[in-house]
Amino acid sequence: MIRINGLSHHIGAAPILHDIDLTLPRGKLVALIGPNGAGKSTLLRLVARLEPVQQGRIEIDGLDLSTTPTERLALAMAVMGQQTHIASRLRVAELVGFGRWPHHHGRPRPADRAAVRQALAAFDLEPLAHRFLDEVSGGQAQRAHLAMTFAQGTDWLLLDEPLNNLDMAHSRTLMARLADLVRGSGRSVVTVVHEVNYAAAWADHIVAMKDGRIVAEGPPETVLTEPVLSALYDTPIEVSRHDDRPLVLHHHWHDQLGSPFPKAADAPSHLLH
Amino acid sequence: MNARPLVAGLVLTALVVASLGIGAAQIGPGAAAGNGWTALVLMESRLPRTLAVLLTGAALAVAGVVIQSLVRNRFVGPDTAGTGESAALGLLGITLLAPASPIWIKMIVASLAAMAGTALFLAIVRRLPVREVMLVPIAGLILSGIIGSVVTWIAWEADLLQFVGTWLMSGEFSGVIAGRYELLWIAGAAAVLAWFAADRFAILSLGDQVATGLGLSTRGVMRLGMVVVSVVSALVVTTVGMIPFVGLVVPNIVARILGDNLRASIPVVAAGGAGLLLACDLIGRIVRHPYEIPVGVILGIIGSVIFLWLLYRPVAHG
Repeated sequence: MIRINGLSHHIGAAPILHDIDLTLPRGKLVALIGPNGAGKSTLLRLVARLEPVQQGRIEIDGLDLSTTPTERLALAMAVMGQQTHIASRLRVAELVGFGRWPHHHGRPRPADRAAVRQALAAFDLEPLAHRFLDEVSGGQAQRAHLAMTFAQGTDWLLLDEPLNNLDMAHSRTLMARLADLVRGSGRSVVTVVHEVNYAAAWADHIVAMKDGRIVAEGPPETVLTEPVLSALYDTPIEVSRHDDRPLVLHHHWHDQLGSPFPKAADAPSHLLH
Repeated sequence: MNARPLVAGLVLTALVVASLGIGAAQIGPGAAAGNGWTALVLMESRLPRTLAVLLTGAALAVAGVVIQSLVRNRFVGPDTAGTGESAALGLLGITLLAPASPIWIKMIVASLAAMAGTALFLAIVRRLPVREVMLVPIAGLILSGIIGSVVTWIAWEADLLQFVGTWLMSGEFSGVIAGRYELLWIAGAAAVLAWFAADRFAILSLGDQVATGLGLSTRGVMRLGMVVVSVVSALVVTTVGMIPFVGLVVPNIVARILGDNLRASIPVVAAGGAGLLLACDLIGRIVRHPYEIPVGVILGIIGSVIFLWLLYRPVAHG
């Protein structure tokens, strides 16, 4: 599991995280949700050691982040950051191949090649394997990055808004694949999700953040409730149910639309001519 | 596809043979086995010159790949990052302060100065927004210009302008004879070192996030890259002078064809750099035979045409 103790973070004078204590369970799909500026990405980036910890302590499966060499951590967790645009002209298969680098440091073995083939297949990238990254679409490049992270074969996957750039079909496929990773091979996924309904549908454990603090955590049933979400996003939110899971109806509030669907009684009579 | 390496090898071999045969003195194909004088020309002048050109071209092109992956920008080369000018500044400084010091001390000082210049360039570039692609080469050109003008000013004050002009600023190989180029082997070794670390540079060019995620120490790779670029630039500047464009255009052309899998592409880059420089040196030897035009001038013309083509080429998007 990931243990976070007394974690605080500042960027310049602005406080981003306030004294966070959090334990993320193993073998679960964990979603970090919250409004813009809540500190979700910062928290994830600190756990992923993409930024140095200023104050507090992070431990992943017993490895202290501040004392464990970064190449050892690369065998414990794989990370995908938000910015996946790169100028490098690599082929898709070569990028995915670098996911195995922590294991072989330049001398790939058959097991590494097999893992790359598996990752390419898992993300439907086989037809694109020999295309250059600057010659595929943004969504395809994103999938190639995900496949690289997947190929790294670590127990933990940390993803910062992986659904950015993905259309509905690919978003759903990705979430299903992450859930599958967790349920099928016992891996642990922590992901920042912007659209709460993906968390509602797929996550096992939800951490809600606001203003650099954890405001709620637990299974979707307990976190994705009307009072918690309305307070979290400072806006009235209705929660319904769908397939026995919460369905968050955040797209509008009842009276905001005016009366686009006039009731029969209100229908102006001249339309009936 | 498989014929490409063979064709490239044949072209390079033809260039080498031509380079051994062409020069002010006429020597035939039997020179190596022939009488003392032709063998002397071959072994003391032609062969060292050819080797010097090959080593310089290969090392500069590889240094170009390295600096391009350090700054994640294709429009820079070791000659547009202030590295060459910094090496010249170091060399000028040690020549003024300790004129009698042996050549290897001068080389070390030039390398250290080149390293400082490259570090300064990297420090400036890291503060620039990533998306502003053209700011990086502009920063490099400004830095090169400033350091270059300091070099010129000091040289003017010390009455060493001619020394700077002929030795450092215009690269050419007519002065290369046995015993005066061997330090370039170290530049070649630095390029080989870069090849061994090719994966690391390729990963670094994917961005700090990806590199850190894969457990790569970005600082270590940056330092290694700086050493490679600085050593190559300093040794080239001190032995043959500044050679423009090789480190800029060759990596670009190779990346366009082969991509950025550096482990596979660095040998091709090295061969391309060696071939381009040798071809330009040959042209410089032929056009006004038996006189010579410095290779830097020929490269200035050919390199700028290639560079313009690279800038205006249609960009492939799928």
